[in-house]
Amino acid sequence: MTAVPPQTTQHMLDVRHLRHTYGDGPDAHAALDDLSFTVAAGELACIVGPSGCGKSTLLRTVAGLLAPGGGDVLLHGTPVRGVPADLAFVFQDYSRSLFPWLTVRRNVEFPLNWRSLPRAERRDRAQQELERVGLPDVGGRYPWQLSGGMQQRVAIARALATEPALLLMDEPFASVDAQTRFELEDLLRRVQRERGTTVLLVTHDIDESVYLADRVLVLTGAPAGLLADLPVDLPEQRDQIATRESAAFVALRAEVARLLRTRSPGARSPSGGRSPSA
Amino acid sequence: MRGWPVVLAALVLGEIGTRVAQHPFFPSPSAVLATAAQVWLTGPPQRLLLADPVFDDVLPSLARALGGWLIAAVLGVTCGVLLGRSRTALDYVGPLFAFARAIPPPTLIPVFLVLFGIGTRMQLATIVFATVWPVLLNTVDGVRSLDRVQVDTARSLRTPRPWWIGMVVLPAALPDIFAGLRLSLSIAVILMVVSELVGAANGIGYELLLAQRQFDFPLMWAWIGLLGALGYGLNALLLAVERRALGWTALHGTGR
Amino acid sequence: MPRAVRGLIGLLAFGVVWEAAVAAGLLPARFLPPPSVVLAGVVELFAQDAFLRDVVATVLAWAIALGVAVAVAVPAGLVLGSVPGVRAASRVLVEFLRPIPSVALIPLVVLLVGGGPEAKITLAVYAATWPVLYNTLYAVGGIDPVLRDTARTCGAGPLRTMLAVALPHAAPSVFTGVRMAAAIALIVVVSTEFLAGASRGIGNVVLTASSGAGRSDLVLAATLAAGAVGILINEGLERLGERLFGRSTRSAEPV
Repeated sequence: MTAVPPQTTQHMLDVRHLRHTYGDGPDAHAALDDLSFTVAAGELACIVGPSGCGKSTLLRTVAGLLAPGGGDVLLHGTPVRGVPADLAFVFQDYSRSLFPWLTVRRNVEFPLNWRSLPRAERRDRAQQELERVGLPDVGGRYPWQLSGGMQQRVAIARALATEPALLLMDEPFASVDAQTRFELEDLLRRVQRERGTTVLLVTHDIDESVYLADRVLVLTGAPAGLLADLPVDLPEQRDQIATRESAAFVALRAEVARLLRTRSPGARSPSGGRSPSA
Repeated sequence: MRGWPVVLAALVLGEIGTRVAQHPFFPSPSAVLATAAQVWLTGPPQRLLLADPVFDDVLPSLARALGGWLIAAVLGVTCGVLLGRSRTALDYVGPLFAFARAIPPPTLIPVFLVLFGIGTRMQLATIVFATVWPVLLNTVDGVRSLDRVQVDTARSLRTPRPWWIGMVVLPAALPDIFAGLRLSLSIAVILMVVSELVGAANGIGYELLLAQRQFDFPLMWAWIGLLGALGYGLNALLLAVERRALGWTALHGTGR
Repeated sequence: MPRAVRGLIGLLAFGVVWEAAVAAGLLPARFLPPPSVVLAGVVELFAQDAFLRDVVATVLAWAIALGVAVAVAVPAGLVLGSVPGVRAASRVLVEFLRPIPSVALIPLVVLLVGGGPEAKITLAVYAATWPVLYNTLYAVGGIDPVLRDTARTCGAGPLRTMLAVALPHAAPSVFTGVRMAAAIALIVVVSTEFLAGASRGIGNVVLTASSGAGRSDLVLAATLAAGAVGILINEGLERLGERLFGRSTRSAEPV
């Protein structure tokens, strides 16, 4: 374990030299290789990389769902051991993440059940969260009665019900159609700005990563290392049409795409040659 | 509802067939029904016309079958959850359980007889021993087939263990558990009868045996018919409970 | 640690606990002899020719019953399953007949066909037919209509459709039914031997051993033997199923 340099304690999330390998022996598969980056409080950071490069592994490690083979994850300066208290996770597969035997409201209330809140207050907070994600009237329904986009909103509401400091999202909008995706992206930015939650979002969609983020972290192919850390110099208020047409967006997007195509300056990927789909 | 015409047709055919054949072993359905009414429905009005045999035999039998089934259900679900959550525990008990399941329960009746003597305790022991396996193994299956994403979700929310088991594991395993419970229920009824054939002083099986020994065939068939009706009724009840408890599987695609 | 070793440890641990409980007086040694005595009983039984013949009698009766049940139920299920509406119409009748335990019919059957092996075979056939018929019926009835239509457009008549489409498609389900039927048939055969006592077989050995002064160790030994036969049959069928259908036919619902 490296000693903690004084200036990094101000970062909310500090990932240092993260390493992880699945399995051992000849079948071992290295997923993460010496990955280091930081995320400041209130930032919306997007991680983008070729498919199969270890993005999910990274996120699970940060969440404490997976213990890394090497390196450290520090949240508020403390090492992450198991899932930390003020962290929430939104999964890609909302239909499997929401509990089908609970109503929407009970799903959102779920993490509040063991926090010694009176029932009325739990209900109110759940209802508030649902309203904030734009679903004021579906509390009594079951998840399978909602569309995909609505289900993912419920999942986001549930994640935010505990008012986490850090929200992790694993390709959250990959399983919905394009139109819904745009709505959810805008919803996320709005909610994140309102509450000041720090967000670390993993995506394979380059456009989405640039549109959403304050910073874009580009990963190499497996094993994943940090290829680039790009600040996003776009206006605070973003619009799906105007922003995506702007020169700054196009340039940034092209930069990310180029990075992904060359994959890495030091030819880290074992197979070389093949460029990933942009 | 659509099955009843076939039952009616079978009864009519049976009536005609038995009257034509005139075999003493196979009285006509009408004769059987008449005997049934005479034996069970000639009681006082304040007891819903139910006669003594209902209270002396049918109810105790039902109590034994249901009691044994409930004990097995609690045992089976508890052990099933414990075993299902541990990777290796099932490896240790696997062959042991396979053996216990393969033993024909009636052959253990002598053992239970000498341990508990004639009566309800022996029967409960037999019923529980035979019916715990489907519940236990189905619970294990249900717990083990828990969706990976649900597990991760609960972990990411730092779900404490009681909530984890009560609000995630058990509901998710419920379809499998219910399938095991239904199978257990039919086995419980069967073993209730078998154990009463061997070691009881009252009960449906006991009366069945008595009727057979006295060559009272209409009475014998009446008791057999009652068994079928009870089995059908209990199964239908359990199905109804299952449908209410598992309403959420209707469109989720995990119903059995 | 390989799984087989773990299983062995489990068995041994169980035996040790049982042995200790009897030695400590927690369990009555006369009625529930410890494993050491029971295993000695097993050796004693298998050393006798008579017992070996009993085992053969049981297995033979089981095989005949299963064979007849399959021979009757599979074609019946194929035919009935191909007729639309039969499933739903027969459901109530089947649900009424299923709970009736075959052992309840023992005296009747004995009167009808005599007390020897015919009785247990008849009852086992009756009991074993249901799972096979049920599974065949439901598997055939659940066949994708597209498959059936394809067969028809290829010029296959109803019989050929049944044999070339319905049967292979329903085969795994039918096999699961056969496995259930095998377990049920064995239980019914042994139970009838025990309850009626008129024919040779493992159940008869249990009956003899448990009556009179009673030799609990032999009762348990014979029971173990019955369990062992059951396991062998089940494992054998499972392997066969994997070879035939290339994947595990291990159903979620054990019998």
